[in-house]
Amino acid sequence: MTASEEHASVHADEDIMNIVETAGSNASVPDFNAEQERHAYREMLLIRRFEEKAGQLYGMGFIGGFCHLYIGQEAVVTGMQMAIKKGDQLITTYRDHGHMLSAGMDPKGVMAELTGRESGYSRGKGGSMHMFSIEANFYGGHGIVGASTPLGSGLAFANKYRGNDNVCLSYFGDGSANQGQVYEAFNMAKLWSLPVIYIIENNKYAMGTSIDRSSSTTDLSQRGASFDIPGEQIDGMDVRAVKAAGDMAVARAREGKGPYILEMLTYRYRGHSMSDPAKYRTKEEVQKMRTEHDPIEQVRARMLDKGIAGEDELKQIDKDVRAIVNEAAEYAQNAPEPAASELYTDILKET
Amino acid sequence: MATEILMPALSPTMEEGKLSKWLVKEGDSVQSGDVIAEIETDKATMEVEAVDEGTLAKILVEEGTESVKVNTPIAVIAEEGEEVSAEAPSAAPVEAAAPPPEAKPASSPEPAPAAPAVMAAADPEISPDTESSPLTVREALRDAMAEEMRRDGDVFLMGEEVAQYQGAYKVSQGLLDEFGDRRVIDTPITEHGFCGIGVGAALAGLKPIVEFMTWNFAMQAIDHIINSAAKTLYMSGGQMGCPIVFRGANGAAARVAAQHSQCYSAWYAHVPGLKVIAPYTASDAKGLLKAAIRDPNPIVFLENELLYGQSFDVPKDDDWVLPIGKAKVVREGSDVTLVSFSHGMAYTLEAAEVLSGEGIKAEVIDLRTLRPLDMATIIDSVKKTNRIVTVEEAWPVCSIGSEICSSVARDAFDYLDAPPTQVSGADVPMPYAANLEALALPSAGQVADAARAVCYAK
Repeated sequence: MTASEEHASVHADEDIMNIVETAGSNASVPDFNAEQERHAYREMLLIRRFEEKAGQLYGMGFIGGFCHLYIGQEAVVTGMQMAIKKGDQLITTYRDHGHMLSAGMDPKGVMAELTGRESGYSRGKGGSMHMFSIEANFYGGHGIVGASTPLGSGLAFANKYRGNDNVCLSYFGDGSANQGQVYEAFNMAKLWSLPVIYIIENNKYAMGTSIDRSSSTTDLSQRGASFDIPGEQIDGMDVRAVKAAGDMAVARAREGKGPYILEMLTYRYRGHSMSDPAKYRTKEEVQKMRTEHDPIEQVRARMLDKGIAGEDELKQIDKDVRAIVNEAAEYAQNAPEPAASELYTDILKET
Repeated sequence: MATEILMPALSPTMEEGKLSKWLVKEGDSVQSGDVIAEIETDKATMEVEAVDEGTLAKILVEEGTESVKVNTPIAVIAEEGEEVSAEAPSAAPVEAAAPPPEAKPASSPEPAPAAPAVMAAADPEISPDTESSPLTVREALRDAMAEEMRRDGDVFLMGEEVAQYQGAYKVSQGLLDEFGDRRVIDTPITEHGFCGIGVGAALAGLKPIVEFMTWNFAMQAIDHIINSAAKTLYMSGGQMGCPIVFRGANGAAARVAAQHSQCYSAWYAHVPGLKVIAPYTASDAKGLLKAAIRDPNPIVFLENELLYGQSFDVPKDDDWVLPIGKAKVVREGSDVTLVSFSHGMAYTLEAAEVLSGEGIKAEVIDLRTLRPLDMATIIDSVKKTNRIVTVEEAWPVCSIGSEICSSVARDAFDYLDAPPTQVSGADVPMPYAANLEALALPSAGQVADAARAVCYAK
């Protein structure tokens, strides 16, 4: 391990540990009831198994192009979805599979889009990074780093314009947090008191560049300070902490108190995309996060510990989730590709 | 020695203005820096300060006078004790404290042509029964927005200085008063950010009009125009449309040099998923902007600062909506087809008039929409005239003109009696110097020369 790798490794783990410690070993985080634990466990497991399968299908050549997996970060979107209500919107960047599943989009339609089939959410024209569902209030899926932040602020603007009490969850990563347009959006969101929660999924690496090497200040939750937007760092590996923070920020926005920043300290186990060998960090660093902070294992341990579920029930959940994912994969491999005539459709709306 | 105060130019494009008020009277003593008069331009009312000290000896232009040309003497200042005759003074002219007027130097090859006050040809789209009245392009654009905002509560306007300032070019004048700050929204100077917010609101189903003070500044926001607005319908398999209008002044204004004088016609016309409109007349500006606001697709609406103050007949009709994607034959002819759009139409029509005197009958087509391009109308015309000259202010490489020329060469090859020919802006960043600027822009003379060349006439 080189000195810089060692530094990165220690730093990544320290961040999480610091948060855990400040939060009093998350003792102050409200516990989930049995139903919430079960729900979170199943949701996160679905994302994990789905992403593992997507990785597998990528390796087999069924999925092409860029494919950014969410493995390790499942608690973030799962906890946030538990904090919102119907009609609230979400929008994110290109690491979006987990967000779509969590928003209730059909795994078959998502996987079929990944394999570029006509029955995919975007009729095979969007792929991994560009998927949408008006029904699920999921506004993409955006491939340009930073773009989803003003767009999400615009969705929140629409809520305010219409006078409803919906909020928008606008996700982006630690890499996006250095884009200029993010700060332009922050300024206007505060100026106009837009109901938007900025969720920074800080997984420590903007592609291959660690946050220490790319950011002059690494506490991203304070990036709204110039605009008087409050923010805090959250243990993004603990779904309960995520939900609690989400509850607070969402309630605030719904009451008309404007934007809030939640920096979710999280970690991706896989490379940036499927083609990333991830040589910028050590295997030990990844292993340490997996064994000590895995979001799914935390819930699983609590459920066993508190007697919410036994091994048999957990195995059954796992089995059910695998069945859903296998069905989606099977479907996505066999569904027809878009007809050649689809090349020239959906460019403009007919008038 | 007595000095004249001249009517100042108070903006880069001002040619005349109203002397709305004198704040001093004859016999008053004037210190340099005193506000002596108020002048109303088409954009704003401005105060004029004295540069010289002395006594206001004579007011030459009464207050309330309209259309006072820039550089006209408006008053005379005499030095202490000096007598000034009632006749026009022979004093050396001295300007008021305003930017020097942009008089074209004698070497300027082609003076800026005055646009016709009304449309050159009867508009077949306007029923003869429809009553029309002259309206400036600026007013037509404002009326289009106001009418559509009255009609649809989801339509709103956002941009820099659109609300309290009443528009940097006064296009949004009065909209804040009528619609309030919920629907007429001043943004900070952050094109990338507010364009993205506008697109996000459109994805949520609202119908934003995003004003760029000029399209030069929209380069900061072009990622959202193309990646977020134009491509989303396709990327979502037809699920998520983006009903939005991006509008503002495009192309060269006057003497604002390279970074503020660029025509983006070809840039946006290149992009599938966008519709691109560039009107010339006020009636087209109104009818097409209304159509753009009602259209469910992202629209790039290219205006032109030099046209804002020009008047054209506009039908008195609250429902004056024109089809997007249709060019208009504004002058019929049989010898050569001249195709242009936006401000290029001004000298194209002027050239057609000159050519007519020489016996060359030019057919003039106003494209009005640049994407989709109405090639059918162009090809039909070329089949009749067998010659085509395209006219635009943009750069010549990969331009609207080069696109048209290549299509004509492919689709009307057998009808051509001469090579399709382009007249365009010079292939250089826009220079500042008046003579160089004039050389960088096309002119009626160039258009007429190109037409004579393809007609093999001298």
